[in-house]
Amino acid sequence: MKRIRAIAHKEFLHVVRDPRSLLLAILMPMMMVFLYGYAIDMDMKKLKVAVMDLDQSAASRDLVRRMTSSGFISDAARLTSRTEIERGFRRDLFRAAMIIPRGFEESLQRNRTTAVQFLLDGADETSAAAASNYLNATIALVNRERAGQRLEAPIEARTRVLYNPQLVSAHFIVPGLAAVVLILVCALLTSIAITREKETGTLEQVLTTPVRPLQVIVGKIIPYTAIAALDTVLVFVVGHFVFHVPMTGSWLLLALYSLIYLIVALGLGLLISAAVQTQKLAMMLALVGTLLPTIMLSGFVFPISSMPVVLRIISRIIPATYYLEIVRGVMLRGDAWFPVQFAVLTGMAVLLLVAASRSFRMRLES
Amino acid sequence: MSESSAASDGCAVRATQLTRRFGDFTAVDGVDFAVSTGEVFGFLGANGAGKTTVIRMLCGLLAPSAGEARVAGFSVNRQPDAVKRHIGYMSQKFSLYGDLTVGENLQLYGGVYGLKRHDAEDRGRELLSRLDLEQAADRLPTALPLGFRQRLALGCAVLHRPRILFLDEPTGGVDPVARRKFWDLIYELADGGATVFVTTHYMDEAEYCGRVSIMDRGRIVALDTPDELKKQNGARTMQDVFLKVIRP
Repeated sequence: MKRIRAIAHKEFLHVVRDPRSLLLAILMPMMMVFLYGYAIDMDMKKLKVAVMDLDQSAASRDLVRRMTSSGFISDAARLTSRTEIERGFRRDLFRAAMIIPRGFEESLQRNRTTAVQFLLDGADETSAAAASNYLNATIALVNRERAGQRLEAPIEARTRVLYNPQLVSAHFIVPGLAAVVLILVCALLTSIAITREKETGTLEQVLTTPVRPLQVIVGKIIPYTAIAALDTVLVFVVGHFVFHVPMTGSWLLLALYSLIYLIVALGLGLLISAAVQTQKLAMMLALVGTLLPTIMLSGFVFPISSMPVVLRIISRIIPATYYLEIVRGVMLRGDAWFPVQFAVLTGMAVLLLVAASRSFRMRLES
Repeated sequence: MSESSAASDGCAVRATQLTRRFGDFTAVDGVDFAVSTGEVFGFLGANGAGKTTVIRMLCGLLAPSAGEARVAGFSVNRQPDAVKRHIGYMSQKFSLYGDLTVGENLQLYGGVYGLKRHDAEDRGRELLSRLDLEQAADRLPTALPLGFRQRLALGCAVLHRPRILFLDEPTGGVDPVARRKFWDLIYELADGGATVFVTTHYMDEAEYCGRVSIMDRGRIVALDTPDELKKQNGARTMQDVFLKVIRP
C-alpha cells in the first residue's frame, strides 16, 4: 500500500508539473466532442428542393406549402423548364426537385389519381433518402386527408419512435462519441506512462527496488483515473447541455459504469506501455488500437446487427460496444441494470491490468 | 533458511563463472570473485570492459546468460526479489526524476522501499543534512550541478539502509574536491557496516578501496589489495598497475 501510494503520488506530480500534457488531456476530448458533435449531425435540415409547378393552381400551391412548412425542406428555386433541373443539380443549387404536372388540381377534383414527380440527387445518398422519405410521407398525409373525406384507409401505419422521439442524431451520437473520446484519451495518457521511464532511464532505478509490477501498474493508474474522470464529466456535461442529450436514468449509475470503462481504457494503455520500448510506438499503438475499431465496430456509426458475422464477433471484444449499450440505455431509456455489460467490462479491466503487470518486466531488456 | 546460509557464508557478493552475452558479443566472460561483508570493493576497467554489465546482473537488472551470483546470500537468478530488499543501487547515468524536487525524490524512494511515512521523513531529513543537500531540498535536480545530483542519487540508494551498496561510476564527471567528499561519504557508509561495491575508472579512487579487481574485455585480469597489486607488478601507482595488466 505504501509503495502504491508513493508511486501514485509521484505520478500525480508528473501530471501536474507538465501543464501542457494536462491541458491536452482536457482540451482534446472537448475539441473532439464539439467537432464530431456538430460534424456528424446526421439530421437533415433545410434540405433544398426545387419546385416546378406547371399547374399554378390553389391545390398545387397548397401542396408546396405543406412540403415546406416544417422547415425540413426549403423551397430553394422555382423552375419553369426541365432543362433547369439538370443544371441546378450540377451546380448544387438543390438536392431534389418536385414536378407538379399540369392539370393537377383538376385531377384531384375529379378524384382521379394523379402523379407528382420527385427527382433526387443520388450522388448524396443520405440526403436523397431523407428527402424521398419526407416527400413521400407528406404525399401520404395529403392522400389520407383526402381519403378521409370519403372512407377510412383499411390499414394505417402509425409510427411512434420511443426513447428518442425526434430521432435527433445527437442523442445517438454523443454516447458513442463519449465512448470513442474516452478510450482514446485514456489509452494515450497511459501509453507513455511506462515507456517514458524506459526512455529517460528512470525505470532502471525503480527496478532495483523491491517494488512489485502490480504495485507500479496500480500506482500509475490512479492519477490518470482522476484525469479521465474529469474528462468523462466534461464530455457528458457538453453532451447534455450543448447537444441536449436527455438524461432519463441516473447520473450516479452512469458515473459508476463509466469508471469501469475508464479503467479498461487506462489498462489498455498501460499494457501497451509495458510491452513496447518507445513512447512513439506506444502512442501509435494506442491511437490505432482504439480509434478505428471503436468508431467502426462498436455500434457507434454502423449498427452491429447489420454487420457480417465475423465483424459481429469482433465487435464483442471491443470495450466500447458494451459501454455504448450502457450509456444509450441509461441516458435514453433510463435503464439501470446492465449485468452482462458490467461483468464483461469488469473482466476486461482485470484482465488488462494483470496482463500489463505480467508484461512489465522487472529486468532491463536489451 | 537461505538467510542464515548467507550469514554463514560471510560473503556479501559471490560471483561464480558469471557470464553475459548480448547476441554474439560476450560482455562478461565467466568472472569469479567474492566480496566480504563490510568491504569497499573497487571494480576497475576501461570503458566497455563489462563493469556496468556485472553490476546490473548483481542488482537483478539483467539476467546472467550463464554462471551464478549470490548477493546477500540470495541467488540473483532465482531470488531477485530477495536480493533487491538488501541492496542499494546508484546508476552511472542520473536516473531519478528530474521533475520531482530533491526532497520529493527521497520521499518517493522512501515509499517505494516500504518505509513508514514518518520514518521516511526522518531518514530523508537526516540524509539531506549528511549529504549536504539541505538548501537544495526544494529544487529540481535538473537545475542542480552534477555533484548535487550524484549525492541525491546516493541518498536514494541508501534510504533503506541496505546491506550492500552498488555504485556505478558514482563520481564520473565531477572535480577532484567533490570526488574526495563523495568518498568520505562512502567510507562513512562502510564504517556503518555496509558493503560497498564501486566501479570507477579513476585510478586515484582505486587507492581508496580495500581490494580492487581490474576488468578487461569481459574478464577479471587482476584482483587484490592496491598495495599487493603494486608490489606484484613492480609499479608505483595504480595507474601503472592498470597499464601493465591491461592488454594493449
